[in-house]
Amino acid sequence: MSATSPPGAAAPRATPAVSRQGDAAVVTIEDLYKNFGSLEVLKGIDLAIAWGEKVAIIGPSGSGKSTLLRCVNYLEVPTRGHIYLEGELFGERLVDGRHVRMSERELASQRKHIGMIFQSFYLWPHLTARENVAIAPEKVFGLPRKAALELADTMLAKVHLAEKRDAFPERLSGGQQQRVAIARALAQEPKVILFDEPTSALDPELVGEVLKVIEELAAEGRSMMLVTHEIRFAQNVADRVVFIDHGVIVEQGPPAEVIRRPSHERTRSFLSQLLQDG
Amino acid sequence: MFAAVLLGGAVVSVWIMLGAFSVAVVVGLFMALVASTRNRPLRFLVTCYVEVFRNVPALTQLFIIYFGLAQIGLRLQPIPAAIIGLGLGGGALLTEVFRAGIEALHHGQREAALAVGMTPLMAVRHIILPQAWRIVLPPLGNYSMSLLKETSVASAIAAPEIMFYARQLVTRTFETPLIYSMTAFLYLAMCLPIGRLVARLERGSRSWQ
Repeated sequence: MSATSPPGAAAPRATPAVSRQGDAAVVTIEDLYKNFGSLEVLKGIDLAIAWGEKVAIIGPSGSGKSTLLRCVNYLEVPTRGHIYLEGELFGERLVDGRHVRMSERELASQRKHIGMIFQSFYLWPHLTARENVAIAPEKVFGLPRKAALELADTMLAKVHLAEKRDAFPERLSGGQQQRVAIARALAQEPKVILFDEPTSALDPELVGEVLKVIEELAAEGRSMMLVTHEIRFAQNVADRVVFIDHGVIVEQGPPAEVIRRPSHERTRSFLSQLLQDG
Repeated sequence: MFAAVLLGGAVVSVWIMLGAFSVAVVVGLFMALVASTRNRPLRFLVTCYVEVFRNVPALTQLFIIYFGLAQIGLRLQPIPAAIIGLGLGGGALLTEVFRAGIEALHHGQREAALAVGMTPLMAVRHIILPQAWRIVLPPLGNYSMSLLKETSVASAIAAPEIMFYARQLVTRTFETPLIYSMTAFLYLAMCLPIGRLVARLERGSRSWQ
């Protein structure tokens, strides 16, 4: 149906090692629309995230940025348009040239390659920090329990929480919970990590420790999509800033351009408001 | 001598209770999971099941299953009939209990499970049920106790449980106060440990809060 095939789709599937370094994007969002009933939240988003690229998505609340992120791993099913992971159609299959939704089982086997960090952490309260991190490696990726727990320890050390491994989420501060959630996503060895306002639910004094961990991950060259209100953080970490309003991309570019010299009035007014509040 | 006969009945009561409890848990869990899907026709069927079985007395249900089905050629023994009848009635009750337990969890719990690559079934098994278990444990305990008492209606379809023998003994010996007191004592003696067991399970389930 689309004459403009996504850049990733053109890359031959047989050589993933090459497409990693080549020009193929890790995530390609193509002509994405999402309606909730009669409410149009996303109205035609096209966006490609290159390997190792860090894309910050900013915009007013209700602009559709969280929905965009949730469409990438099909927690929300797009009304129209397609998602590609490493050039491979995500959440759908082509049957006789038509897009057909995958079964939940197939979808799960694709989703495991995408990490997601939620605003409210969503740690599982009946599991310790260590078990929260280990459960996907064990149950989804099939590691032996012992290896999964060791992996969890490694990941918790990465977010500087090795000593909290036996604590239940209830006993952790918000910042610690979010770091465990990050460790949980890292344990998936994801091709891309989606951050959905990772610090918005935190007390101001806890924001820094989470941002620091995210910065460290960014420095490792991981591919990331970040929905955030932390403009300065976006400026420091992101390779590209995308400003979304009313379900469309208004403008995008290097942080220095979009944040310092926005070319659209809507971006300007949004940024000035945000910087006033901050 | 009365005691021996009544004890024999008590064993049957416990078997009926355990059987019906198992049926009710399996059916209730299944129905609650179906009810939490997005499939509207299936959800409607669950609602029908719940409303029918919840609003018809257990005795009526037993008569339908035991006498009614026999009319159309399906002849069940009293004990299996009682297990199925009480189990289906309890299943309707537990559907609501389990559904409430599942719905008490934040939807983010499930979303986080899907996000790490679990299938919906894995999410239920590893994330939803372990948490819902704590919520449903107290009502599940209450249900099992009332179920044990409710097995007495099985005497009406001649299942050889306590009340069946008690009435037999009374008609034969006219020792009414003695026999029914013993019966009451037996029910009490069986129900009390269940309450204790549930309390222990509640304490024993790993605390995270």
